[in-house]
Amino acid sequence: MLKFENVSKRYQETGEVLRDVSFHLRRGELAFLTGHSGAGKSTLLKLIAVMERCNKGQIFLDGENLSHAREKHIPYLRRKMGFIYQDYKLLQDRTVFDNVALPLVIAGYGHQEVARKVRAVLDKVGLTGKEKKFPRALSGGEQQRVGIARAVVNKPPMIIADEPTGNLDPDLSAEIMRLFESYQQMGVTVLIASHDISLISRMNHRLLKLDHGQLVVS
Amino acid sequence: MNKKPSNRRQTREVDAPKYHKPTKADVRPNRAAGGGFADKLNAYRDLHAHALFSSLGRLVAEPFSSLMTIAVLAITISLASGFYLLLVNCQQLTNHLEASTQISLFLKEEVSDIRAAKLLETIKNNPKVQQATLISKDRGLEEFKTYSGFGAAVSSLKSNPLPIVIEVLPKNSLTNKDELEILQHEFQQNEGVELAQLDMQWLERLQSIMALAGCATALLNTMLIAAVLFITANTIRLELHSRREEVIIAKLVGATHAFIRRPFLYTGAWIGFISGVAAWFIVTVMMLVLRVPVESLSKLYGGNFHLLFFSFAQTLQLIAIATTLGVIGAWAVLMYQLQRTKPE
Repeated sequence: MLKFENVSKRYQETGEVLRDVSFHLRRGELAFLTGHSGAGKSTLLKLIAVMERCNKGQIFLDGENLSHAREKHIPYLRRKMGFIYQDYKLLQDRTVFDNVALPLVIAGYGHQEVARKVRAVLDKVGLTGKEKKFPRALSGGEQQRVGIARAVVNKPPMIIADEPTGNLDPDLSAEIMRLFESYQQMGVTVLIASHDISLISRMNHRLLKLDHGQLVVS
Repeated sequence: MNKKPSNRRQTREVDAPKYHKPTKADVRPNRAAGGGFADKLNAYRDLHAHALFSSLGRLVAEPFSSLMTIAVLAITISLASGFYLLLVNCQQLTNHLEASTQISLFLKEEVSDIRAAKLLETIKNNPKVQQATLISKDRGLEEFKTYSGFGAAVSSLKSNPLPIVIEVLPKNSLTNKDELEILQHEFQQNEGVELAQLDMQWLERLQSIMALAGCATALLNTMLIAAVLFITANTIRLELHSRREEVIIAKLVGATHAFIRRPFLYTGAWIGFISGVAAWFIVTVMMLVLRVPVESLSKLYGGNFHLLFFSFAQTLQLIAIATTLGVIGAWAVLMYQLQRTKPE
């Protein structure tokens, strides 16, 4: 599903951030990406989101070569991934419904289809009845669930989460992780960047560990 | 990883029919959304309708800044269209004058009234002449007294110094300057004519002044159009800046530039449209204020000059141009700025 082949990324200011990174996430696999801050976690995620391009090597997502993707194809590639962020990145002036509906509206679904899918996914993440609320009115855990709902509403084959539990207490974190596991069980490939070691060790999943830009555990 | 879908299917580790169908490695836009063609068309129409009204909603939500922008734009557009209308009115005035180009034949001192009348007949029979009138010595003096303002001085004269004058209105006056000059020359040859005067020089001057005014208006309007473009572009830039977060999130969930641009282009169109309508009102009110003094001035000169307002077609043109400028201004800044608004 996601394959890195000898990927290196160098910034002019900071030098080499990723060095010769290779791994292969299979369809339906859940993996944690970990490492100290500055190890290159966020750079790796940026490469997957095609926010940055690698200098060496190749990245494949679902058979598409991301490193050679043309600029105008990037939006369509991003529709194959659902991104989840530590700060949720929700639109504060839109309701929960509108936030979750955004990827569907962008993909050009008619509004009946949008309403049906949004309701289904809100049901799945446990936010039934909250669609008219604004993100501000929700707790952190609920906001993150809105973020997850938005990431999965268009049924992408891959979910990428950047410190999804960074702002949540342990109970809520565990709940969110269970949600990810349930998506994994449905065949979605999940990559979670996190440095919450205790949480990662409690869950028995594959671990990718970055150290100074090199993959030390995979 | 192999790109062929058939091979990929074989490499699937977990079978997951509930969640998603195997994705083809397809990034072409026309296959992006689900549903039939009609659904997509409806969805597309909904997107436009939503962008149309939400952009208006945003303008209304911030009335103060919207009003400021629209006021500046409306004044700029009204200056441009006002100059244009002024030019059209002046042209109407000179056209009126062109039609009255005439050749004045000042007859010799010794020509008698009878001979003058005969000459008038021959001139009237000339196929190039539309109309000819004879102004006798006495009538000439009367007119001079009335219009020159030297009434008292003229009254003190012992004899009438004025010659008999025949005013000739040529056919198709001034459409052909050479023809007029030939005609003038023809009259000059006549024995009884002292001087055949073609009053064209002042008209030529007026015409070149008008040409200059037209050119100046065009230049000025070019600058004003540029100003309109820059003002809209800057407004959209600020709008884009304040909605940066939204743009970035939309980009991250797979929005194309066209999708992101759409509401901003509608904002540009609304700003242009409203400013165009406002400019029409400004110019029309100005013309209404000017109408009374202009027409009383026209009456003093014995003319029947009427101020021209915007016609219906011109009004539509004005609003269409303003709307288009709004869209172009927005488009230009979006092309430039969206490439630079990247997620971090």
